[in-house]
Formats: sequence, structure tokens, C-alpha cells
Amino acid sequence: MDQFLQQLVNGLSIGVIYALMAVGYSLVYSIMNFSNFAHGSVIMLGAYFGFYALTKLGVPFYVAFFIAAMATATIAVILERLAYKPLRDRRAPFLYFIITAMGASIFIDNSVIATIGPTPKTFPTELLPTFFQGDPLEWGALTVGRVDIAIFLVAATCLALLMIFIDFTKLGKAIQATAYNMKASALMGINPNFVIILVFAIGGGLAGMAGVLYGMKYQVFPQMSAITLKSFIAAVFGGLGSLPGALLGSVLLALIETFVSGYLSTQYRDLFAFIILIGMLVVRPSGIMGKDAEDKA
Amino acid sequence: MGMEYIQGIAILIGINLIAVLGLSILTGFTGLFSFGHGGFMAIGAYISAIVSTRLGLPAPIAFPAAILAGALAAGLVSVFIGKLTLNLKGDYFCIATMGFGEATRVILNNVDYVGGARGWANLPQFTTWWIVLVLDVAIVLLAWNIINSRHGRNMVAVREEELAAQMAGVNTFRSKMTALIVSAALAGIAGALMANYIQFIRPTMFNMAKSTDLTIMVIFGGLGSISGSIVGTILLVSLPEVFRNFAQWRLVIYGLAVIIIMVGRPQGIMGGVEMTPAGIRKIFAARRAKAKLEAELKAAEQGDAA
Repeated sequence: MDQFLQQLVNGLSIGVIYALMAVGYSLVYSIMNFSNFAHGSVIMLGAYFGFYALTKLGVPFYVAFFIAAMATATIAVILERLAYKPLRDRRAPFLYFIITAMGASIFIDNSVIATIGPTPKTFPTELLPTFFQGDPLEWGALTVGRVDIAIFLVAATCLALLMIFIDFTKLGKAIQATAYNMKASALMGINPNFVIILVFAIGGGLAGMAGVLYGMKYQVFPQMSAITLKSFIAAVFGGLGSLPGALLGSVLLALIETFVSGYLSTQYRDLFAFIILIGMLVVRPSGIMGKDAEDKA
Repeated sequence: MGMEYIQGIAILIGINLIAVLGLSILTGFTGLFSFGHGGFMAIGAYISAIVSTRLGLPAPIAFPAAILAGALAAGLVSVFIGKLTLNLKGDYFCIATMGFGEATRVILNNVDYVGGARGWANLPQFTTWWIVLVLDVAIVLLAWNIINSRHGRNMVAVREEELAAQMAGVNTFRSKMTALIVSAALAGIAGALMANYIQFIRPTMFNMAKSTDLTIMVIFGGLGSISGSIVGTILLVSLPEVFRNFAQWRLVIYGLAVIIIMVGRPQGIMGGVEMTPAGIRKIFAARRAKAKLEAELKAAEQGDAA
């Protein structure tokens, strides 16, 4: 029972990070119907921005966190303007978007490797707020790292704010309307270009936060962008294009992963993730909460 | 820049070309996008390595048997994968193939019989420049014949408008399956040649980046063009070699090149047009005819003036 609870806590702490990342994939998919594989690289950049803001600029952690989110939001929007907008204007098929995203990902990852280098960097604990310092908290047999608690609180807050934003504000409703039908919502006076920029900014901002949190939990390194593939699987698992689906998929995937590595073996963790991905696509491609994919023949 | 170095690059181009031609049939002509052909290459490479080292066959039989086994194994797996995923729409097929490729890699990572994540070294070096060249020529002809056969026309019909093709009596599932099996078997051959050329294989060599590379070569050359795939492969395999002095920066340039071609010339270098001897003759013939016509017009004008 103790081990079960421990795994549950571990799973939740990585699950919320997956969720922060998956939301970016899902938001972009809901509007533009393609999987933005450059998102992982933006997450990785966020971790580096946070790390350097903290160590080189010497700003407090909260400011560094904010800087990272702002920087990645800007980069995501720039990427959209330079790489995806020309394709959108031409009404290119979804594949060109995916390949462009892959190209952007190769470009960003290797730019980081070429300039900063592949060596992993560790967030210096002494520069983090006092709460993060000290021993893990213990309740009975349960041990919870301080970073994990902070991650959970920060990520859950961000996700809750996002949900409120999407469901209860005018801009959020504009995003929903555009996701439902871009042409009709454009006729109703919602500027699709603005919504797309907004979506990339939100996704990018959350990516930066997720990057910093992931970097704090583990380390900061260029290959982080490949690890974020897990969050993409989570987004597919929950249903691409659905925000609640992305959350549910992330938490479920993380729980399955931690239980597999806890009870079976860490080696099978990744295998399970990919089997879930293929199995889900075969049984129900639209995911747990996605709307049924319509056949636009 | 010794001869051997250049020949090494030529062999790499030749090996990649085999996989790219298969993917060209699947992606360029049938319109299905795969991010998992690295997985089929891996299956070809590992099966061929088992056949060429573990079965104790004599050298003259071992290599052809290894290539054949690699192609067969990859083809068989593709039948299974195709049955599961070919009915998926658009990018869900893409994502499923990606899952397949990565799952293959993770499984290989955990099989100690083939070296696991550390890889498998000291494989025999059977692949030579001549074998690659002969296979390349044969496979270009094969691809050319498939494209110009009834099967090939059905594939193009599936790419252009699947529903309409179905209404016109094309068994679209079978066309897609044929394309997938051919492309997987060719990827298997490429993997087998790779294993028996580099003499060392490890699962990370066949990761998603490898699958993406292959797809990018097809798109770079131009979808729906065999000659485009050839040009794309030659350019993209040798590009990183040209920039080898920039070591770290060559992949940055590669990524940038992909974005630029997608944004600037999405139809690829060849843009769906084939470069054939007949086509080139036609271009020259058209030029000559134009020149002749212009000369005649000029003569006629002068005649009028006189």
C-alpha cells in the first residue's frame, strides 16, 4: 500500500508536467489540425531560458520563471509567423506543416547543441526559493520531494487558470469557436490570425514553464525535446484537440508509466507508452475525450 | 578527400536511396506519410545481422540470404502494421507509424541476444560499391515499373481522391497495402545493406530522426517523382558531408534547409516532374523547334519587307 501511494504521488508529479506540455500540442491541433513537433524544442528552450535567467541574470526564481514563459511564448509566435503562416496562406496540406515543424525542431535543437553544448545542466538549489531547499517531506512511509510539491502546485494553478481562461473569457470562447469552425467564426468577426497567434503564445508560455519545471526535477539538456514526445503521446491518448483530454491523458499516461517502472521494470516504461499510443489509435483514434474524427472526403 | 572517402559517401547515398525509393512510392505516389520507416530499416538490419553471423552459413550464401531475410521480415511486419493502421485518416496514420518505429527501437534496446542498447559490433562487411550500384539500378527500374503499372495508377488515384477511387472500383486498401509492403521491404533491404556495410548497428541509429530524414529526402526531391527522390537523396546525404568542417552546425543548416524548402518551394526540387532521357530530349527538341520557327518568322518578315 505504501509503495502504491508513493508511485501515485510520483506519477502525479510527472503527470502535471506532461499536462503542461500536452496542452500546447492540443491547443495548436484544435485550431490548425496538425501536430506541432517543434513544441518539444520550445519546451527545451524554456528550460534554458529559466536556467540562464536564474544563474546569469541573477534574478529571483519567480522572475526567471516568468522570463522563461515570456521568451518561449515569443519564440512560438515567431515560429508561427515565419514558418507556418506562409504554409497557411497557401493552404498547404497538413504534412507540410509537420515536416516544417520537424525541420524547426532539428534547427532549434542543434543550434542549442552547437552554441551551448550537449552537457546537461543542473538548476543550482541554492538559488531556488527557500521552500525548495532542505530534505524531502515525509508523511509516514511516504516521501515527497519538495520540488515535486512545488511542481504540482505551480502546474495545477497554471492549468486551472488556463481552463478558466478558455471557458469563461471572451478570448477563450473565440479560441473554442475557431477550433469548432474557423470559417464560420471568421464570418462572425473573430480574426483567425489573432486566435492562432494567441494559441501559439499560450502554448509557448506553458511550454516555457513546463521546461523550467522539468529541468528542476531532472536536468536541462538539448535532448529534452525528444523526451517531450511522451507528452505528445499523452495528448493523442486523451484526444488531440481536447484540453480536458490532454490533462486526463497526461495524468493517466504518467501513472501507467510510474506503475510499470515501479512494479515491472523501468525498461518497459517507454514500450508501454508506445503500445498505448498504437493501441489507442487502433481502437479509438480520436482518443479518450476527443470528438470523433469526421471524414472530410 | 581520398577516393575511399568519396566512395563511402556514394555507398551511403546508394543505401539510403533504396529506402527513399520505397518511401517515395508510399508517400509520393500513394499519399501516405510515415515516420516509422526507421523501424523497418531496423528490422532489416537486425534480421540480416542474425542471418549473416549466427546461422553459420558459408559466405557466398550468407549475404544474399541476409538481404532477402531482412526484406522479408520487414515486409511481413508491415502487413501486420498495415492491417492495424492503414484505415486511419491523415496524420493519425503518421502518428501510428511513429509509434511503431519507436516501439521497435525500444524493444531492440531490451533484447540482449542482439546486443541491446549498447549495439552489435563486428558484423561482416559484405556490402560493396558494386552491389549497391546494381541493387540501386534494379530498384529504380522496379519502382519505375510499379508506378507505370495498373497498381501504380491505382496508388496515384488513392493519393488524389481516395473516395472517388473507391467509387471507381479501386480496392484502395489493397493499393495502400501494396505500397506499404514494397516500401517496408525496400527499407528492410537498406537496413540489411547498412548493417553489413558499417559493421555496427544499434537501436538509436533507427530512431524517429532517421525516419524523418527519409521522409524529408522524398519531400525535398519532390513528391510523386522518382528522379526527384534520387536528386533529394544525393543532395541531403552529401549535404552534411560537405559541411563536415562545421561539425556542430551542419544539422542546424539541414534543419534550416528543410524549413526553407517547405516554405519556399513546397513542390520540392523536381516538383512532381520526372527527369527521363526522353523528357530531356523533348526539352531540347522543343527548343530547336522554337528556334526554327523564330528563324522562319524572321525570314518571312524580311520577305514581306522586301
